Parts: sequence; C-alpha cells; structure tokens
Amino acid sequence: MSVAEQTPEVRVSQPKMPPKRNGRWAGYRHLLWARMLELKREPEVVFWVFVFPLLLAAGLGIAFREKPAGASPVAIVAGAGAQQAESLLENSPQHGSFKIEVQDDAAARKGFRLGKYDLVIKPNNAGGLTYLYDPARPESVLARSEVNDALQTAAGRKEVIVTSEVVSSEPGSRYIDFLIPGLLGMNLMNSGMWGVGFALVDMRQRKLLKRFVGTPMRRGDFLLALMSSRLVLMVIEIGLLLALGVVFFNMRVLGSLFTITLLGSVGALCFGGVGLLTASRAQKIESVSGLMNLVMMPMWIFSGVFFSYERFPAVAQPLIKALPLTALNDALRASILEGTPLLHLWPRLLVMASWGGISFLLALRWFRWT
Amino acid sequence: MPIAIQCRDLRKTYQGKVEAVRGLNLEIQTGECFGLLGPNGAGKTTTIEILEGLLEPTSGQVSILGHSWSENSREMREWLGISLQETRLSEKLSVRETVDLFASFYREPRSTDEVLEELQLTEKADSWVGKLSGGQRQRLAVATALVCNPKILFLDEPTTGLDPQSRRQLWDIIREFQRNGGTVLLTTHYMDEAERLCDRLAIVDHGQIIAEGSPADLIERLGGHHVVEFAVSSNGNGPADPAVWPSLPGVESVLESDGMMALSVKEPHLTIPALLDAVEKQGSRLEHLSTRQASLEDVFVRLTGRHLREE
Repeated sequence: MSVAEQTPEVRVSQPKMPPKRNGRWAGYRHLLWARMLELKREPEVVFWVFVFPLLLAAGLGIAFREKPAGASPVAIVAGAGAQQAESLLENSPQHGSFKIEVQDDAAARKGFRLGKYDLVIKPNNAGGLTYLYDPARPESVLARSEVNDALQTAAGRKEVIVTSEVVSSEPGSRYIDFLIPGLLGMNLMNSGMWGVGFALVDMRQRKLLKRFVGTPMRRGDFLLALMSSRLVLMVIEIGLLLALGVVFFNMRVLGSLFTITLLGSVGALCFGGVGLLTASRAQKIESVSGLMNLVMMPMWIFSGVFFSYERFPAVAQPLIKALPLTALNDALRASILEGTPLLHLWPRLLVMASWGGISFLLALRWFRWT
Repeated sequence: MPIAIQCRDLRKTYQGKVEAVRGLNLEIQTGECFGLLGPNGAGKTTTIEILEGLLEPTSGQVSILGHSWSENSREMREWLGISLQETRLSEKLSVRETVDLFASFYREPRSTDEVLEELQLTEKADSWVGKLSGGQRQRLAVATALVCNPKILFLDEPTTGLDPQSRRQLWDIIREFQRNGGTVLLTTHYMDEAERLCDRLAIVDHGQIIAEGSPADLIERLGGHHVVEFAVSSNGNGPADPAVWPSLPGVESVLESDGMMALSVKEPHLTIPALLDAVEKQGSRLEHLSTRQASLEDVFVRLTGRHLREE
C-alpha cells in the first residue's frame, strides 16, 4: 500500500487511445481467422487435406485407366492337336486379341494359377478341346468365350443372326468417374473428423479450452468458428479434386457447382458434428485417435469409396445406406455423374443432417471444456 | 474499501473421495495483492479455479465484486484477467495475433500495442508463440489477461520455472497493475515472491488456511524476528541436553533438523550470550553458529513441521 502513496504518478493504464468496442461477432471472426492461420501454417494439414487426396486420385486413376481390352494371354497344352488348335486361332479373324503360348501341362496350370494366363486350352483324346477357366475371374470368362468364338468361326461356323456393333466408351461410366466422388466424400469425412475432433482434444489437452472459457467468449461462437473453418476448406478440397478429374481425366461434371458445394457443405458439417461428438470427452490425443478410427473404419469399407457397396449382401444394404458417408457418396455421384437435381436427393440429405444434428446436440450436452 | 473477492466455507471433493479444499474462507479487498502460499497439492489451484468460475465448488459461496457465478457469469468474465497454470497457447500464431484473439472476446479491450509495450513484447509482436522463451511465454499469458483491462487479475503460479530475471520482470508488471488500482490474487510456492509482492497472504495446507496476514505480521507472529541456527558436538560427557534450549532467554520455539538446531528469537543479543554460556557449561563444543532474519519459510516450517518445497 505504501508504494502507491509514495509514487502518485500518472495512471499508466489510462488508455492512450480511445477504447475500441467489439461488436457481437468480433470473437467469432477472430476465432475463425486464427483457425485458418493455424491450418495454413501447418504443413501436415496442407499435405493430408489437399495433396494426399490428389495423389490418391491420380494414382488410382492411372492404375485403373481405361485401356482397350488387351490381348488375352492363353496357353495351349503341348501334345497331339495342339498344333492344329494354334494354327486355327492364328488364322481366325480375332487373332489379334490373343497371345498364345504352347506349354507343357504343369507349366500351363501353374501359369494359370498365378494369373499369367487367362485360359488354358487342352486338346483331349476325342479330338476336341477342353477349356480350363475360372468363372470367378471376368477376364478368364471373357477369354474362354472369345477363344471359343474364334476357333468355331475359323473352323467354319456360320452366324445365324446378323449383328452389328457400336463402340461406347463415354466419360461418366469409367472407374475414375466412380472414384473421384467417392474420394471427395472420404476426404470430407477424414478432414471433418480430424479437423474438428483432433483440434478440440489438442486444445483441451493444452488447457487452451479452459483458458477460453475463462473469458466472456461465447462457447457457441467457438464451435461455430471451428465448423466454419471446415466449410472454407471443403470448398478448396472439392475444387481441387474436381479440377483434377476434369483436367487430367476428362471427367464430365453434370450437376451444378452450387448443388455440389451444397452437398459438400452438408457433408462437411455432418462429419464436423460427428467429430465433435467423438471428441466431446476425450482428454488425450491417443484416446481420441483410437475412437476416430473406430468410427471411420466401417465407412471406409462399406460406404462405397473405392468400389460399389452393392457387392455386400442384401441384408446389409439398409445398414450401409444409413451410414452418413454412404449418403454423401451417393448424393455426390448422383449429382456429379448424373446431374440429379438437389430436390431428388433429399433422402440422402436427411440422413446426413440427422447424423450431424444429433451428434452436435449430444456433443453440446456432453462436451467437456476443462 | 469494497470487497473484491469473498468466499465462505468453500469445499471441493473430487469423485466423492479426494478432498482438495476443506472449508476455506477468504476476503480480499479491492486494490490488494493477495497471495495463496502453500506446497504442491495443497489445494491452491483448485481454490483459484473455483474463484475464477472454472470449477464448481462442492459447497460454499463465492462472490466476486458482489456478484455470484450462478447469476451473472458472462458479465463477471469481462472484469477478470486470468492466467492459468500451464496453458499452452497456439504455437503457430504470432504474439500479436494471440493477444488480438483474446481481446476480441471482450466488449471494451485495451489496444494490443499498448499491452505488448507494457509487457516488453513489442519486439516479439510478429514472432510465433512457438519461438518464445519461457519468460516471454509467461509474459504473453499475462498479456492475454491484461488486454481486457481487468479489475481483478488471477495468476496461478505465474513465475514457476522462470529464471530470476524473468521473475523480476513479472513482479514489476504485477506491481504496476496493482498501482493502477487493480486487485491481484496469485498462488505461489515461492517464499520470496510472496514476501515481496503480497500485501496479505494465506498459507494453505491440505485444503485449509492455516495462517493469514501480511508477510511481516506472519513472520512476527509465527516465525520470531530472528532465527539462530547452531550445531554442537559433545565433549565426551554425553550428548547435549536438548531441554536446555527452550529455556534460554527470548527463545520462542526450537526446531531440530539434521543435527542443526534452529531457535526462533525476538532479541538475539540476549539469547546468544546465554547460548554460549549453556554450551560451555555442558562441556560441548560449538560447531556452527549463525543468525538471520526469519522468513515465511520459518513460518511454514513452524506451522506444519515440513519445508515448503518438500513433496
């Protein structure tokens, strides 16, 4: 107390400038801005959110690019009749679509087992031929029917119905067209879950959340800013992937950009909500990582990212369709590939909105700030 | 003077078992710098976080400038500047961005530049938080508290782990805030910090206040003015008789640790000659003798039988 009496100097904390007044949304604006700055300055985020999905799409797109059906590798088992079968095939009109090798029985079978040959042709004792093929391998089935056609035609079979062919290989039905909307959906899930969930637990662990609630900051604004930062990133994510598809793979985007962005927003918010719920109580990064993977794993597998979920048994279909990533992927594919208008996609939007909304409400109830 | 912080019969029990705070009463006046002093685990952090409205007490009342957390919390937050123990601010934001962010939560914050200048952070304004030294980080934590132009400043162990120079810088900042009419509540386990900084302090142990008053008052009441420390070795006539020491003139209390005797005395010029006589009479030899001013450490040892830094 004596100190104050001895030094009656001017009050330093008297504002030298007129005090500024913060408006209702100042906190929200600064939170969002700070979040964007942090993301921009984190090289890992830039890589995982933007570069990795592009690499994945490019890699898979190149691996599964459409190529004219190549020559089918076919083995003929050496022995009586092998010579004749070979010359028939060589002289058939379709001879360009086979690559023929004559092998002994064991080598031919081994090659077939390893996928080196699609079909093994074995002359039998009756003067005919036996086909060894695998009905579960599409290329094997194809080779069998092509070879059979070629042999029969070369041996003099006449077609009884006159047919003609039109070649159709349009963008929209290729694997890359299927893949890119799936990757978009998966990326929105990954970055939504990590971007919200991981960030929250990290801030909780650093006691930053506790420090924030020690200020008059509105808690809703904080969560809103976190979600909004997801929307900004979502626009960039979608833009980059679609641009990759259009520029490098001649993808055709039929739906309007507005519809696609809106679907992306609903998806980003939905997974933001799920991420919020996953991270609502966890105190440590390690525990939230496990939880996140547990939540996302079923969707990576079942929601039709890399292959159609129609391949799973019919019993599982309603469950699969109830997953939020399935809804997002379906809606994105319908819009991008088929141009389905937004109004027809409402069941998908409802699924996502329910997941996001219910998660968000539960998260608010359970959320641990300190 | 109006009361800035008041709490009555504050209790906090974790998971129904651990009693961190056990019936704590405080009354802190406006303009005061008040310290909670105690060892680790004494319940200081729990107490200060309840007062800050970040923890619910199990029972008891808290009032901050006449308001309670259950009624008026948003408005109350406008008045309080808080620095928690160990908050790790975002490393990838600059010092200015961090202070701006905290300023944006308040209705009428101070200008960021002014606060940075006051805390000698102007040079570092554009550096990332991750690049700051420990002392700079701690000053930044205080800057985020001061930017709201608070009426009350809460500091939980503000100087723990800092080098002496950084500690002194922070003390100056806290004194400056107080000189301008602010109220400060801080926790510490450093004696010198409490003695230099606080107008009044409460010594906390096992969730209760065991002594309260100004540092000088506490030392006078409980520590004696001076401490005479000595050690004797026996001269073959058996060990020195410990019953002699308390009966020497002016001795208020006696403590022994590691063979060293410590006498709390009011007037060393009376006690020391009597001590030398007694040693000679016993036929012992004096191995060590020193006197010093009593400190809060002596108060704490006297009250609890333990040293403050003991775990």
